[in-house]
Amino acid sequence: MLNFSRWAVAAILLPLVIGILCAVPSFLPEQAVEKLPRFMQTRVNLGLDLSGGSHLLLEASTQDVAKQRLTNMEEQVRTELRRGDPRIAVGDISSRDGKLSFMVRDPAQVDAAVERIRPLTQGAGLTGQRDFNVEVVNSSTIVITPTDAGINNAVKSAMEVATEVIRKRIDEMGTREPTIQQQGDNRIVVQVPGLQNPKALKDLLGQTAKLEFKLVDVTANPAEVAQGRAPVGSEVLPYPDNPSRMPVIAVKRQVMVSGEDLTDATQGYDQNNQAIVNIRFNGSGGRKFGQVTSQNVNRPFAIILDGRVLSAPNINEPILGGSAQISGNFTVESANQLAIALRSGKLPVALTVVEERTVGPQLGADSIRAGLIASVIAVVAVAAFMFFSYGRFGVYANIAVTINVLVILGVMGILGATLTLPGIAGFVLTIGTAVDANVLIYERIREERRRGRGVVQAIEYGYKEASRTIFEANVTHAIAGGIMLALGSGPIKGFAIVLLIGIATSVYTAVTFTRVLAAWWLRTKRPTEINI
Amino acid sequence: MKLLKLVPDNTNIGFVKLRHWAFALTALLTVLAVGATLHRGLNLGVDFVGGLMIEARFQQPPQLDKVRTTVDRLGVGDGSLQQFGDPRTVQIRLPLPEQGGAGAANAIVEKARKAMTAEFPGVTFSRYDTVSGKVSGELIRNGVLAVMLAVIGIAIFSWFRYEWQFGISTFVAIMHDVLMTLGFFAITQLEFDLNIVAAVLTIVGYSINDKMVIDDRIRENMRKYRKMDMKSLIDLSVNETLPRTVMTSVTIMLALGALLLFGGHVLRGFTAAMMLGIVVGTYSSVYVSSSLLITLGLTPQAGERKERKSIAAQAERVGPRDDGARP
Repeated sequence: MLNFSRWAVAAILLPLVIGILCAVPSFLPEQAVEKLPRFMQTRVNLGLDLSGGSHLLLEASTQDVAKQRLTNMEEQVRTELRRGDPRIAVGDISSRDGKLSFMVRDPAQVDAAVERIRPLTQGAGLTGQRDFNVEVVNSSTIVITPTDAGINNAVKSAMEVATEVIRKRIDEMGTREPTIQQQGDNRIVVQVPGLQNPKALKDLLGQTAKLEFKLVDVTANPAEVAQGRAPVGSEVLPYPDNPSRMPVIAVKRQVMVSGEDLTDATQGYDQNNQAIVNIRFNGSGGRKFGQVTSQNVNRPFAIILDGRVLSAPNINEPILGGSAQISGNFTVESANQLAIALRSGKLPVALTVVEERTVGPQLGADSIRAGLIASVIAVVAVAAFMFFSYGRFGVYANIAVTINVLVILGVMGILGATLTLPGIAGFVLTIGTAVDANVLIYERIREERRRGRGVVQAIEYGYKEASRTIFEANVTHAIAGGIMLALGSGPIKGFAIVLLIGIATSVYTAVTFTRVLAAWWLRTKRPTEINI
Repeated sequence: MKLLKLVPDNTNIGFVKLRHWAFALTALLTVLAVGATLHRGLNLGVDFVGGLMIEARFQQPPQLDKVRTTVDRLGVGDGSLQQFGDPRTVQIRLPLPEQGGAGAANAIVEKARKAMTAEFPGVTFSRYDTVSGKVSGELIRNGVLAVMLAVIGIAIFSWFRYEWQFGISTFVAIMHDVLMTLGFFAITQLEFDLNIVAAVLTIVGYSINDKMVIDDRIRENMRKYRKMDMKSLIDLSVNETLPRTVMTSVTIMLALGALLLFGGHVLRGFTAAMMLGIVVGTYSSVYVSSSLLITLGLTPQAGERKERKSIAAQAERVGPRDDGARP
């Protein structure tokens, strides 16, 4: 047990040396680390509670996604049946209870209608299921029901797009090293370090930025519009800044041009020095816009953002250059924000902030300093106590604990783990528990000496008997840590990571490493008495 | 050098003899803790009730009444204030608006910022948390689940590893530790947030660590001294491990003490919970869980059966106490 070959010693020390080397970059300034080779860039990331910054948890409503899909389907069905040849007349279109149903006026055409609708559905999942089921009920009504697999697929792809759009928007804000991750089925975690006031960020992420241009329905009866009723082919939309004081306006359902046809958006000023957003269309968008504006000179069109009308300017002349202005009641800041949102594309689904944690940089810095001071004092106090209790062996334990702290940092660097404030607490606690393994061994050695065993034998038995206990105690401790890691959120996770790494490394340093030190002492000094 | 020994060699304290007193005291304290928790309730943080928290740092210690009036004048619902750490830092908690989502919460934060800055020039805002009711519900569920799973998982581990009596005595002792910690938070009305759940889990981990060491020794002695009756065997085991129990508690207390005094105000509740947990956990290891084994009817023969099928058989078998002595 106490005879280590040269190779065994090297094998025991090697992981420790690697661990310590990996801890070094965490103490160097950032510029120095960047010069190191790639595999040496093992810095511990600081959590937002230490670096300061914002953590946002965004949630998409799956119902929204489902509803929107149904609306799209309705649109597709209408187009297909009306435009196709032969034309199939349908009526009673309704989308209630998450289903789309309509009646085919001529019962002879039902089969033809189903034939034409089927290709609109797509495969979903691996089981050969479609994303919508198409059935005929009561011989003339067709019911289109979205399948679970279809909804799940839609949510999944919507979330992928949303994550990408958010990444673009945050990059446009020019913040550094944001983390954007999907969590669970319908959530996205956004972490932006060093952000003082997250209001702008939240405003930016909060808008869907679905931009549409539609013609205003000038034939609509204002009294009916005020009650929310629009003529066939038109709809009533809110218009908060309407100069006529009526907060709604009727617009044609058909979209002239939408935000998808944009190539660029920038903030600018109009001739009255009012903030506006300048937009530029792509080729087909520009052509469409030119065409519609040529045909509708002297009529107003509505600029609609996320279902609300921003403004409804008059078309004074055909707009053929492929660029346009969006006016509305903008401040420079809100115009800029809209420009960013438009450049990065619309979110496929609206997101709401369900959790936010923001820590100012000052508090973060204070916490790091306090944590560092507390750690140093803890180490010194524990080290002194160990030395006075166990003498030479206490020193061994202290060396082990010091190495342990460095190795934990190194392992965290290798894993790319994040150090949070509770993580620092985990660190300090690990310092306390790491010596527990040594205490167990030394107390056992003391006991074995009292029972009359010789020096070498007492040490040998001490390590052997205590190792079993240490193993058992740490397995149970790791169970608690593993559960924290699996179930915990945020702060608990940060704490659990340090705790688990600490359990693994402390057993190694406390049991194996100090045993090498003790064996080396026994071999070189051949003591006949130990002061323990 | 004369080495420090907190516990003298070869103590022989009759812990088992005291067990009825210890059980009565433990039961009384646990009932008080549960009563306090039910009666006063926990001061749950925004993590668990949802809402909005703003931490403000003032130039000079503010008059709390003035801060309260400023907050009340906002008209955004019932606010609560708490001095946090030092007198210059105040935590303001506000309910989250029912409707309006992120925009509305944002508006409240802005309103509060403006009003506070107008009333107290130089105030800075170091932290905001907003947690919606939905997320806070999940956090509660996960927190409770985590603690329960940890306790049950560990109890099952020690049942399989040793005897069922060990599993139950550990479970009882750990539930006691958890309930005492809850009681402490109910009485002091310190804020109970996610960090505290981590602290509770750590207490569970530490406490079990402590009990495992004693249980392991009891098992070892059960093999060594087959003829010894259970009471003296447990007393012997607890006394043998007492130096280690005390040493480890003291080192961890030293580390936590450093954290409490120098670790900053954010971690203070966390550290306080942990220190209490260490005291409670050590008490329950020494006085409760090991003596409970007798009440549960553990017999020296129990070890025999288990030994054949478990890894325990690897352990060294040593004869009577003086065996192996080589002066």
